[in-house]
Formats: sequence, C-alpha cells, structure tokens
Amino acid sequence: MILVGSLDDIPLGEAVRVDAEVPIAVFNVDGELFAIDDTCTHQDASLADGWVEGCAVECPLHAACFDLRTGMPSGPPAKLPVRTHEVVVDDGVVYVRVTESVEAAA
Amino acid sequence: MRTVAVIGGSLAGLSAARALREQGYDGRIVVVGEEDLFPYDRPPLSKEFLAGKIEMAELALTTPTEDAALDLEWRLGDPATGLDRGARAVVLASGREVPADGVVVATGARARTLPGDLHGVHTLRTADDAVALRRDLVVSRRLVVIGGGFIGAEVASTARDMGLEVTVIESDPVPLGRVLGADLAATCAELHRDNGVHLITGEVVTGLAGNGRVSAVHLAGGRTEPADVVVVGIGAAPNVEWLAGSGIEHDHRGVWTDDAGATNVPQVVAAGDCAFSPCAYAGTAVRHEHWTNAVRQPAAAVSTLLGATPAPPTPPYFWSDQYGARLQFAGHRLPDDAVEIIDGDPADRRFVAGYRHNGELVAVFAMNQPKLFGRWRRQLSPRIVPAGLP
Ligand SMILES: Cc1cc2nc3c(=O)[nH]c(=O)nc-3n(C[C@H](O)[C@H](O)[C@H](O)COP(=O)(O)OP(=O)(O)OC[C@H]3O[C@@H](n4cnc5c(N)ncnc54)[C@H](O)[C@@H]3O)c2cc1C
Ligand code: FES
Repeated sequence: MILVGSLDDIPLGEAVRVDAEVPIAVFNVDGELFAIDDTCTHQDASLADGWVEGCAVECPLHAACFDLRTGMPSGPPAKLPVRTHEVVVDDGVVYVRVTESVEAAA
Repeated sequence: MRTVAVIGGSLAGLSAARALREQGYDGRIVVVGEEDLFPYDRPPLSKEFLAGKIEMAELALTTPTEDAALDLEWRLGDPATGLDRGARAVVLASGREVPADGVVVATGARARTLPGDLHGVHTLRTADDAVALRRDLVVSRRLVVIGGGFIGAEVASTARDMGLEVTVIESDPVPLGRVLGADLAATCAELHRDNGVHLITGEVVTGLAGNGRVSAVHLAGGRTEPADVVVVGIGAAPNVEWLAGSGIEHDHRGVWTDDAGATNVPQVVAAGDCAFSPCAYAGTAVRHEHWTNAVRQPAAAVSTLLGATPAPPTPPYFWSDQYGARLQFAGHRLPDDAVEIIDGDPADRRFVAGYRHNGELVAVFAMNQPKLFGRWRRQLSPRIVPAGLP
C-alpha cells in the first residue's frame, strides 16, 4: 500500500495526485474516496486536475469523462478505462492499495 | 430519411456519424472522404507524431471493428465534387453518385500555401504532410517557420526539441495578438525566446529563394533568413469549392449555417472547420478551427437534420502545447475586452487570465493551469444570441 496523506488534506470535491509506479489520483466525493490512475487514457492530461461531477471526472484537456467507481470512460475521445484502486483509511490516514496491472498479474 | 451522406471523413464527419446513431437514426450512413485513410486525429501531427514519439496507428480516431455497431459505409479516396439538389445526390470524383436525402457537410479546411514549388517547403495539415516534414527535419539544421500562429509555434517547438536552429517570422507586431490580445500574446511570444527560438515580428515575407531546394526566405526590406527547411503556417482555407452550383450559400469564410448547423438548403447541414456559423460567445458568425468544435458542432447539426432541438452550445475551446507549456483558451475575445490576471503570474509561465466585456466574463486563457482553467471556463457568459444566417 502507498501512503497518500492525511484525510484532512483531501477536501470535499477535490483530488490529490500521488506518485506510485504511475501517478494515481485520489478523489473525495462527498466524503467517499476513490482512487484511479491519474493519467487520462486518451493523451497525457492529469485527471486530478479534472472537473468532478457526481461520481465522474472530466478530463481537463478534451473532456472525456471517467466513472470514478469503475474507471470506465463514458465516450470519446477516451476509449480505454483507467485502472481503479482500493482506498484504505486508517485512523485519519489515507492509503491506496495499487491494483496490479493486467500484464503484471498474468 | 433513408440515407444520410456525410461528406468529409475526419473528426467532424466521424462525430456526425456517431451522433446520428446516438440520436436514434437507423438508416444508411455513407461517409465520403478525400483522404484514403480512416479518420485520424490531427492535433498530434504538429506535436508527438512530428516528434516521432507516436505512430500512425495511435492517431486513429476509429477502426472498422471498433465502430462496427455504427454500420457506416465508407467511400474513401473519392472526394465529393458536387451536390445535385434535383437528383438528391452527391457526385464523387470517380463519377459515382451517392443518392441521399440528408447531407452533412464536414469537409474541413486545407493549409494555405505560398506560390512556388521548391523542395523543403512544407505545410502541415495531413498525416502525409507530417511524415514528409519529419523526414526533412531529421536531416536539416535550420528551420524557418513562416507564421507564428498555433501550428507554427508547435512546429517550432517540436523542431527545437529535435535540435534544429529555428526562426519564426510573423507579420503582425506580436504572434497570436488577434486571438489573445497584445499582452497575453506577448507572454506566449516569450516562450519562443525562452527556448532559444529566433522570433522576427512585424516583417513580411516577400519570397523564397533556392535552386530546386529552398535555401532562404526573403523579407521586405532586403533581409534574408537562411533555411534548409521551411514550414508555411499562414492559416487554413475552408474546403467549400465543391459546393459551387449546389445552391448552398458559401464563400471564402466557409459554408454558411445558422446557429444550429442548418444551411439555406433543407436537409443539408454543415459542421466543423468548414462551417461559418453564428456563435453566441463570439456575438458574431465565425469559422471555428478547433478540435472541440469539430466534436460538438456535428451533434447539433445532426439534431437539426433529424428535426430535434440541438443541445445549447458550450463556449468555444482550444488548447495548444508548445515548449512544454499547455495553453488553453475558452470563449471569444474582442478587441475592446478588458484583460485581468485572475491567478498566478505570467512571469512564472503559470497563470489564468480573464477577459471581460461590460463586466461579464467572456473568455478565459490559462498557461499551465488546467484545473483552475476548468473552473473558470464554466463561468463564461455568452455575449448575445445571434439568430439567422450570418
Ligand atoms: C497540425 C494540426 C494541429 C492541430 N492542433 C490542434 C490543437 O492543439 N488544438 C485544437 O483545438 N485544434 C487543433 N487542430 C485543429 C483540429 O485538428 C481541427 O479543428 C479538426 O481537425 C477539424 O476537423 P474537421 O473534420 O472539421 O476538418 P478536417 O480535419 O480538415 O477534415 C476534413 C476532411 O474532409 C476531407 N475533404 C475535403 N474536401 C472533401 C471533399 N470534397 N469530399 C470528401 N472529403 C473531403 C479532407 O480530406 C479531410 O479529411 C490542429 C490541426 C492541425 C492540422
Ligand atoms: S487527454 Fe484526456 S480526453 Fe484527451
């Protein structure tokens, strides 16, 4: 697991970016935390900079939307999902359990 | 409607075809394209693709399998040469005809050129252009870019990364001044200088010199800039000539449409880089030449074609990547708008600026500040709602 930081450091409606093997973005949606790969699967924008609406984040560059729960894009220009990761909160401290990539798991 | 012909097989054409299916049209869709390629994405042509960092396959906007459910019939490599209203058919260069009871005009634009046919002189609009330009850049030392607009600046940036000596020549006092206003344009011009690019402004190119291959660019006043390779980035002209005699109103500014994409001819709509349309955010008719417009405008035009009400327009938007900086602009600036820095400092190359008209925020520009840009972009107000044809 990787350490993200204190729960207080992720305000409601905001996101933070952490550097794992690939950058990961952690979002706080109404108190619920979601973690996904930070880099948009379309080109190279940081989704932590995106606009959050409900359980979706809109990429700041070309507006592809990703569901924070599943990582699925809702339409073009993104075609591939982003990976989602499990978020663990322990005593006010936030951790992410990074999902192994499909290739690495195989 | 039983057949819709989409003329133009690129971003706007593909977006129109997708929108037709999304909006429930289940008849035939024939997509006619001049290029012999399935739709591909142009923005990387001046950036990662020109730099050799990504391959052609990564530019694909669709593959036949991916969009199989759309059930599109492609007529590629066979441009439309005319539209026969009487026969309700689109005529192709091969002489074939595509009978259609609905037509989406999405023929985009082409790069403006300078007269002459010296080797080493390039424009950049298509994948072929980018491949040819790259081939020349890798064996050249000195690049001269004529025109300091977005494409010129991006090519200069990429070539600089490849190790070339680069000069950019701009006839205006500052490049991008008409789009961004003098102050913010000056900040963008600094990016050239930060990165060791020689920027010449306020000077007009009078001709190209060379014997078979280009060797120099002549400027008014007798000055000469040596060059092994030249990129002409002086804008794009809409591909509308094929509509001559069709009765569809058009001129050098593009195909005239109303704010919902309708032309003056029933069941013919237009969208993307070829369309000259009233824009609520500009308060006037304009031809938007940006990626996001080529994705969104077709959906509105298709609604019009299907007799539905289009979704309300969103502010125009474009981005540009130059010298590692991400520039983003939304809305439309007019010369008397007031400019203010909303966040950050232009000297740090990281800031957001707003443009106001009578106190209303009408446009926003950001450098390396995507998150705040996204927030401000949602606050923009339209100027007026134009109605009717331009
Ligand atoms: C190098 C480059 C970099 C860019 N970078 C950016 C960027 O960073 N940000 C941004 O917002 N925008 C950018 N753009 C702009 C963006 O790519 C365009 O706005 C977009 O491609 C417009 O799509 P379109 O389908 O309307 O027109 P086009 O892409 O021009 O496509 C029109 C298609 O129609 C075809 N055609 C023409 N005539 C006929 C005919 N008679 N019959 C059949 N087919 C025909 C053409 O061959 C072409 O394939 C860039 C453009 C270029 C060229
Ligand atoms: S980079 Fe995210 S949509 Fe293009």
